[in-house]
Amino acid sequence: MAGTREPFWWSLFAAGGAVAALLAPVQIALTGIVIARGWAGQSFTYDRALALVSHPLSRLYLFVLISLPLFHWAHRFRFTLIDLGLKWSRALVAGVCYGAAVAGTILAALVLIRF
Amino acid sequence: MPDPTITLEIFRYHPEQNETPSFRRYEIPYREDWVVLDAINYIKDHIDGTLAYRWSCRMGVCGSCGMMINGTPRLSCAAFLREYYPNPVRVEPLANFPVERDLVIALDDFMHKLREVNPWLIRAHEQPLSDGEYRQTPDEVAAYKQYSMCINCMLCYAACPVYALEPRFLGPAAIALAQRYNLDSRDQGRSQREAVLSSEDGIWDCTLVGECTVACPEHVDPAGAIQRAKLASTIDWYKRVLMPWGGR
Repeated sequence: MAGTREPFWWSLFAAGGAVAALLAPVQIALTGIVIARGWAGQSFTYDRALALVSHPLSRLYLFVLISLPLFHWAHRFRFTLIDLGLKWSRALVAGVCYGAAVAGTILAALVLIRF
Repeated sequence: MPDPTITLEIFRYHPEQNETPSFRRYEIPYREDWVVLDAINYIKDHIDGTLAYRWSCRMGVCGSCGMMINGTPRLSCAAFLREYYPNPVRVEPLANFPVERDLVIALDDFMHKLREVNPWLIRAHEQPLSDGEYRQTPDEVAAYKQYSMCINCMLCYAACPVYALEPRFLGPAAIALAQRYNLDSRDQGRSQREAVLSSEDGIWDCTLVGECTVACPEHVDPAGAIQRAKLASTIDWYKRVLMPWGGR
């Protein structure tokens, strides 16, 4: 029964929301602004950044940072589509949205393991 | 200077006379201390006795006089004319409900949903009267008191965009009242409410728009109640999946 799986998707949605609200802005501020503008000086040269990101804990952090917000998006987008009128295909909408998040998660895991 | 007046545009619908609803304008004396319900009572008493609407206590307790006032769900006994004067006030029946006549809506759907969540104290074993009352600490009362303030006025249903799109949705007040009893230390009926509460048309339909909490005249915070119910159901679900031997 689909209803019984809702708590699972909702918990990923809730966790993704927390990550998107708390971690993502910090990450964007650091990599997108501070480092990109050169304000961090020599602390974040390519080699040093690569070494930092290669650490298993950093990979785990990036995995969480990428994966959970994908499920947050999937859940929101699923209900947005239903609210827009795709009620006749609830299962399909859920499958496409969560499927995309699962695919993104697998892709993130592969990239993070391989580099 | 002539006495000030204010115009009310009131939704009129008499299905036995006219199949399509219309608006009628009434110009009435403006009194600073009048609420919209006073104005409607004035119209009923002095201008048009055929106007149909529900009201009772005039003090925000009975929950009967909810209406859309300038597009916002409000208790007409708590909406002062001075908030709108000198502009006209548009009064319509509560949104998202079928209209029976003028400002009177059909309550059946809400009443049915309310009953579905068993909003009363459920005991596994009633203790005999000789044992005295079920006592609670102030903290135990505080755990549910906010949710017990609901007056069943249905403003939250009129405000809820999810209910507007999905009439099967259990809705804010019914869920908040289910939580009111689930959080009551005297109650042992949570598992009996769970099937309805955590069904797809229960808490999981809610997308936390939060308009119910904005509309609530008693500050019940139904949106918060629904979020807490989601969290409790999710914890139950993980317990069942991860510890299937745990039982409940």
